[in-house]
Parts: sequence; structure tokens; C-alpha cells
Amino acid sequence: MASAERPLSPHLQVYRPQWTSVLSISHRATGVALSAGAVVLVWWLAAAAGSAEYYASFQGIAGSVIGQLLLFGWTFCLMYHLCNGLRHLMWDAGHWLELEQARKSGTHVVITSVALTVICWIAGYAAM
Amino acid sequence: MAEFTLPKNSKIKPGKKHTPATPPKNPRTFKVYRWSPDDDQNPQLDEYVIDMAECGPMVLDALIKIKNEVDSTLTFRRSCREGICGSCAMNIDGTNTLACTKAIDEVKGDVAIYPLPHMPVVKDLVPDLKHIYAQLASVEPWLKTETNPPNRERLQSVEEREKLDGLWECILCFCCSTSCPSYWWNSDRYLGPAVLLQSYRWLADSRDEATGERLDDLEDPFKLYRCHTIMNCTNTCPKGLNPAKAIAETKKMMLARQG
Repeated sequence: MASAERPLSPHLQVYRPQWTSVLSISHRATGVALSAGAVVLVWWLAAAAGSAEYYASFQGIAGSVIGQLLLFGWTFCLMYHLCNGLRHLMWDAGHWLELEQARKSGTHVVITSVALTVICWIAGYAAM
Repeated sequence: MAEFTLPKNSKIKPGKKHTPATPPKNPRTFKVYRWSPDDDQNPQLDEYVIDMAECGPMVLDALIKIKNEVDSTLTFRRSCREGICGSCAMNIDGTNTLACTKAIDEVKGDVAIYPLPHMPVVKDLVPDLKHIYAQLASVEPWLKTETNPPNRERLQSVEEREKLDGLWECILCFCCSTSCPSYWWNSDRYLGPAVLLQSYRWLADSRDEATGERLDDLEDPFKLYRCHTIMNCTNTCPKGLNPAKAIAETKKMMLARQG
């Protein structure tokens, strides 16, 4: 009998991305991004509570093209994590657990979070 | 701990290509994971070109044809060839399913066939199920009672019996557990969808009198709660069952008894 150590069969390498797993990992990824965003939020608040010059320097960075792109990204992360969080809440209460319902609610989460992000930014620009 | 890459001894190398001597009328390429414990080599992906004009419609038909006519060393489990035994569960075209009920026509392009994901490989497409069977045994999947046995069967109402529908049909092929990223990375302590569905099958049984102990046993950060409702399990189940829902119902029972 040979006693070669058994290999581990491939997993991530061969498993085709599923809408189920993509929505799930996106929830986690947006959560991680929001944790980083929370630090920036503190920076923002600290700048506002600090001096006019400090706030102006923050404003300069946040208002730049890259700054705005990042803020846009964080807005989407917030909306997605919020909407999908509500989906998780429904699951935890025992609802929407049939595959078709999960597919439908997942589609709604993506559409709603994109729409909310766009609305948020239109409202932001309109208020300026 | 989540490990995203394969260990050194598990990395897949390119393999042999088997083409028929006479050009096939309707060729189809099957890429099959091969590993033998006997030659101290890494796993490899062998290619077999099969004439679909002379092959049955299911992926299992092609595997049997390869074994019979091309390469008798190809190793896989199969028994009933009609989706009732669960032996031929494997990863086909990127998702887990039964080779006997997966039509070759459903796959576009080359047909890639691997063993069930993130499992130790015994040989080729045969995964080692020792650990997952031990996990199944740990939930004691049988009727447990304390009251004296009645003179006849323990009766259930129609409604009580209906609660077992969608649970008793599980054939323990483990497609679901091995599709679950959380099970890939926590299988040492997380029980996974297949075993948790079996566990719920007894929690939901009106005749079972060990509900309390069963729930006590699942009260653990890992056994039950590593389910993050990803739902790859339900999405891949070849019997159309819903392990994610069974797990959610178990979590609800946990909460309900806390009052």
C-alpha cells in the first residue's frame, strides 16, 4: 500500500461563481470597506470640529476626483450593506428562504442599492 | 482558517490527452481530475475526446465509457445511475451535482470534472468522506425516545408528517456541504449543510423526544453558527432540497427556547 499524502481537491479554483456566493461575499466586502470608511468619517468629523484650515484641507482631498470616486464607492457600500442587511434580517426571521425568493430579493438589493446611491449623489449635488 | 490556494501537493498539473484513432463524428472533450496514491505525482487534468454519437446522454455515461474503452484506471463512485444513491456526486462544469442526472448537453464547451471540492482525495474522483460521516454520526440521526414504546407505531398527524417533507429525501451525496465556502474553511468544527439538514430532520420530527439535547449539542460558535446564509447549498442540491432553510429553522428553534 502506498501511503502518499492525500491531496486536497480544488475548491475556489474550480467552483463557478454563483449569484448566491457573489452576493454573499459582496456583503462581506462592503462591510470591510465600510469599516475603513468609518475611519475616514472620524477624520471628517475631527476636521469639522477642528479648525477652518483643517476642514479646508480635508475638503480639498474629499472634493478631488479621486476623493469623490471613493466617497461614491463608500455610498454604494453603505446602501448595499444596508439593503442586504435587511435581507439577512428577513432570513434570520425565517422568511425569503426559498431559492426563487432569495434570487428575487438579491436582484432587488442590487437594483435598490444602485438607485439609492445615485439618488443620494443627485440630492447631494442639487443641495450644493 | 480560510486558505485560498491549494497546498503544494494538490496543485493540478496538465495531464495526458487521449484522442480516438478514428476521427469522431460528434467529438466532445472531457477534462477529468486524476490522482493516484501510487506514483508520488501531483494531481493532473487528463483530456478525453469522446464521440457523442456513441455515448449516452449523461456525464456518468461518458465516465463509464472512458473507463470501459479508453482508460480503465479512471476511478469514481457510482451505483444506481438514477439520482437516488448519491454515489456519483462530483464537481461538473463548476458546480456540484450527480454525474448520473447531469446531461452533457447542459454543459457548454469542454466538460470539466473534479472531485467534490475541498476534500481529501482517495483516488481520481473519489473523495474521502470519513470526516463528514463522523460529523453525521455526531448528530445521532435516529429517533430518540424516553417514553415507553406504545403497542403500535408512534403516530403522527398529517401536518406533523408534512414537516418532514423536503428533509427525508436527502440522499447524503454531500454536494451541498462541499459547495459551501464556510464549510471549505471551517469543516473541522462547522457541521455543514448536509449534516445540519439531517439534524433538523430529527428536530422537526414530532415523535422525537430529544429535541432539547439535540439543540444543546448545537449550542456552539461553530457547529451551527458558521452558516452565513450564503445559500450555495440550496442552489446546488441535485434533489432540489433546501438545507439553508433547515439551518435557519434550527437557528429559530435555538432562539425560541431562550424565551
